[in-house]
Amino acid sequence: MNTDDVLISTDCYHCGETCDETTVYLDEKPFCCSGCKMVYEILNDNELGTYYCLEDQPGISFKKYQSSKRFDYLEDASVIDRLVDFRNNGFISASFYIPNIHCTSCVWLLENLFKLNDGITKSSVNFLKRELSISFDEEKISLREVIELLASIGYEPELRLEKLDNNEAASPNRRLWLKLGVAGFAFGNIMLFSFPEYLSGSTLNTQGSFHIFFGILNILLALPVLLYSSNDYLKSAWAAVKQGGINLDVPISIGILALFSRSVYEIITGVGAGYMDSFTGLVFFLLIGRMIQKKTYERLSFDRDYKSYLPISVTFLDEEGNERSTSIDKLTEGMQMLIRNRELVPADAELLSDSCYVDYSFITGESDPVEVQQGETVYAGGKIIGPSVTLKAIKEVSNSYLTKLWNNAAFEDHQQNRKVSSLADRISPHFTLAVIGIAITAGILWLPTSTEMALTVSTAVLIIACPCALALSTPFTLGSALNILSRNGLYIKGIEVIEQLANTTSVVFDKTGTLTKADQAEVSFNGKITEHEQALIANACRQSMHPLSQKIASNIKAPQLDVTRINEQINKGITAAVEGQSLVIGSKLFLEEQLPQHIPTPNHDKAVSVVHIAIDGEWKGWFAIGNSYRGGIKDMLFTFKERFSTFLLSGDNDSQKKQFAPYFGKDSLRFDQTPQQKLEFIKDLQQHGHNIIMIGDGLNDAGALQQSDFGIALTDNVSSFTPACDAIMDGKSLRRLNTFINFSQRSITIIKLSFGLSLLYNIVGLSFAVAGQLSPLVAAILMPLSSISIMVFTTVSTHLAAKKMGLASWK
Amino acid sequence: MEVIFMLVGFSLMVALLFLGLFFWAVRDGQYDDGHTPAMRILFDKNKDNSKKQSKTTNTKNNTD
Repeated sequence: MNTDDVLISTDCYHCGETCDETTVYLDEKPFCCSGCKMVYEILNDNELGTYYCLEDQPGISFKKYQSSKRFDYLEDASVIDRLVDFRNNGFISASFYIPNIHCTSCVWLLENLFKLNDGITKSSVNFLKRELSISFDEEKISLREVIELLASIGYEPELRLEKLDNNEAASPNRRLWLKLGVAGFAFGNIMLFSFPEYLSGSTLNTQGSFHIFFGILNILLALPVLLYSSNDYLKSAWAAVKQGGINLDVPISIGILALFSRSVYEIITGVGAGYMDSFTGLVFFLLIGRMIQKKTYERLSFDRDYKSYLPISVTFLDEEGNERSTSIDKLTEGMQMLIRNRELVPADAELLSDSCYVDYSFITGESDPVEVQQGETVYAGGKIIGPSVTLKAIKEVSNSYLTKLWNNAAFEDHQQNRKVSSLADRISPHFTLAVIGIAITAGILWLPTSTEMALTVSTAVLIIACPCALALSTPFTLGSALNILSRNGLYIKGIEVIEQLANTTSVVFDKTGTLTKADQAEVSFNGKITEHEQALIANACRQSMHPLSQKIASNIKAPQLDVTRINEQINKGITAAVEGQSLVIGSKLFLEEQLPQHIPTPNHDKAVSVVHIAIDGEWKGWFAIGNSYRGGIKDMLFTFKERFSTFLLSGDNDSQKKQFAPYFGKDSLRFDQTPQQKLEFIKDLQQHGHNIIMIGDGLNDAGALQQSDFGIALTDNVSSFTPACDAIMDGKSLRRLNTFINFSQRSITIIKLSFGLSLLYNIVGLSFAVAGQLSPLVAAILMPLSSISIMVFTTVSTHLAAKKMGLASWK
Repeated sequence: MEVIFMLVGFSLMVALLFLGLFFWAVRDGQYDDGHTPAMRILFDKNKDNSKKQSKTTNTKNNTD
C-alpha cells in the first residue's frame, strides 16, 4: 500500500480496516475501534512506536472482542504443565502458535515483549511456523497473564487440544544439515589432497611418502561420510532388498560401496589414488537433493484429526451459575456449557436455552442452519449461530458424534494401502539390472587379459553408472514445481504427490464451501423500494438471528436507525417498527397471515430462498437469496467437463441440482451424501481405474479427501484449520486448477528429459569404464558435472515452463 | 618438503574447528529458521529509533 492511499481514506492507523462512523481519534490518528486505540496507547507508552514504522497498519482488528473469562482454564496446573516446554527455577519456556503473525512489525513487537512486562525474559519468533518461543519468570508473570498480554495486543495464541496431547519432536532437518556438513567438509578437503594426483606429472606425485600420507588422510576423511552421511541410503537400500524390491537407493548404494571399497583397495595396494573425491562429492550432491525434497511448509499441517477442530477450552457454569473455563478434556457428562455465537460445540449436548440455530455445514455439508428447540440434542462439531446458549453435555468429547466419525474404520484403513511409487523408483529395477549386467559382461570380456583388469573394469562400470543425476532430477524438478505452485496459491504436502496430480483423470467437487461460498449470498430485490425503506429493512433484519435475515442485513449498507418494536416468530418471519413505520418481513404465508392482502407467488428459480417485504401494510416485493459462487469457477467447470470426468458430491439437499446440471455430465451430480457415502463413491471410481482429485473443505469431506489420489482442501485462509489432505489451496486459486494440472504434467516431462540427459552422461562414462580408461581425473570431472548440469537444467526449465503458463515463478 | 606434513596437519585442524562450529550452530538451532533472521535485519535500520534500539540491546544483555 502506498502512503497516498493511507492519507486519503480513513483507514485505521492500527489495523488498516476502513473506519466507519464509530472512528476514534488519538494524536490525530484514526482508529476503527477502541480496541485498536488501546493497543496503540499501550505501544506508545512503552516506546514501541517502531511497530508502526516498519509496516503500514500492521495491527490486528479488535472488532471480534471476547470475554476474558475464557482464559480461566490456564490457571489449572495440569494444563500449564502440558503447555510449557521447559521449567527451571521458576523460569518457564513455552512456545505458542500465533496465526496473526503476518509482517515484520509483528516480529519486532513480539520480540520486544519484555518492554511490556519485565517478567518476560526472552521472546523470539519463527515467522514461517508462526510460532513464538517465550521464556518468563513465573514469580513476576503467570502463564495466563502472558497469554492475556498477547491477546490484549492482538496476538492471541491458538491453543488446541492437539497440543495438549503430544510434545513436538526436535526438528528432523538438523540431522540432515549435520550430514550435509560432514560430507561437504570431507569433499572439500579430499579435493585439496587429491589435487597432486590430477597433475600426474608433478614431482609431488612421485614422492612415495606423500602419496601414502594423502591416501590415508583421504580414507580417514571419507570414513565418516560412508558411515554417517550416506547411511540413510544404505539403510533404505538394505530394507528394500530384504523385502525383495529394488528402489532408487539400491543402485545408489551399489555405486557408493563400489566407489569406497575400490578406492580403499587402490590406496592400500598403492595401485592408484582412489576416487574418494568423487565418492564424497556424490554423497554431498545427493544430500543437497534430499534437503530440497524435505522442504515443506512448516506452518501448514496436512495431517489433522478431529482434535484440531476443537477449541482447547470451554466455558462452563459452576453450581452457583458463575462462568468458569476449563480445558476440554475435563468436560464431563452433565456439565453446563456456555457457547457463544460462531463457537463450536465440543461434545454432544442437550439444549437448555429456548432455541438456537446450529450450523452443521462443517460436518455434513448441509449449508442451511438447523433450528434446535429446548431439550433436543446438539451434536459436537456444530457451530452455534446467534446469541449465546447454555447446553448440558450428555457425552464426553471422546465419545461424541464428531469423534466417532473420525474413528470410523474407513477413515483409517486406506492409509496403509496407498503407496505412491515414483517414476524414478519404477525405473530403478531395470536400471539396476542393466548396470549389473554390463558390469559382469565387461568383466568377462576383460577376463582373458587379466583378472585384475576384469575387476577394475567391473567396478568402474558400477561407479560411473551410479544414478546420481537420476536421483537428483526428481527432487530438483518437483522441488521447484512445489515452490512455484505455492506462490500461486496451491500448497502441496510434499514432492512425492505431485505425480498424482499429473495423472488425474477425474475431478470430484464438494459443493458448499467449495463451489459456493457458505457464508456469502447473492441477495437481490424484486420490486420497487427506496433507499430509506432499504435502511428500515436492514435495521429490522439486524435484530434477527435467522440466517436469511442476517444475509439481507449484511448486504444492505445502512446507518443505525431506531427500532422501537421487534417480534420474531421462529421460522416464519418478523414484524417490527422502525422510525415509526411498521414492517413485516418473512415467508409468503406469514405475510398473508399478517396482512389482508393476497401476496403474488413470485416466479423464481428453485435454488433461491424468498423473503417477502411489506411496509406500512403494503406488499413491496421480495428478496431472492441465492448462493454465491467462487469467481471464475464456471469457466473452469466447462474446461474440466471436456477434459476429465467431473462429479459433484454434496451433503446438501438437491434444491440446486438444476443450477449445476449444465456444468457436469449426466448422472454425475449427487446430493444428500453422508461423509461415508462420499468415501465409498471415490473408492468405487478408483476401482474403475480413475485417478481422482477430490476438492473439498469441511470435515464431511475428510474421508473422501484421504481416499482420493490427490485430496485438495480449499480454504480462504491457508493458516486456518483444514481436514487432512495432500494439498491446501487458496480459494482464489481454484479457477486456475487446470493450469496447475498442466504444469504438473509439464514437470513430469522435464523429469523424463533429465533422465535422458543423465543417460547420456552414463553412456559417455560407461564407454570410458568398459575401455578400462576411467582415471580418477575423468571420474572427478564427470560426476560433479553431471550432477550440477542436472540441477541447473531441471530448475531453469521448470521456471521457464511456469512463466510460459502464466504462473508467478520468482518472488 | 617435510614441512607439508605439518602444514596439512594445521590446515586440517583449522578445517575441523570450522566443522565443529558448524555442528554447534546446527545444534543451537540456527539452521531451524532461515526466514525470520532476514526480517530482523530490518529493525536496526530505523533512524528515529536508534536510541531506543541501543537500550534494547542493554536490556537484552542484562536479562540473558
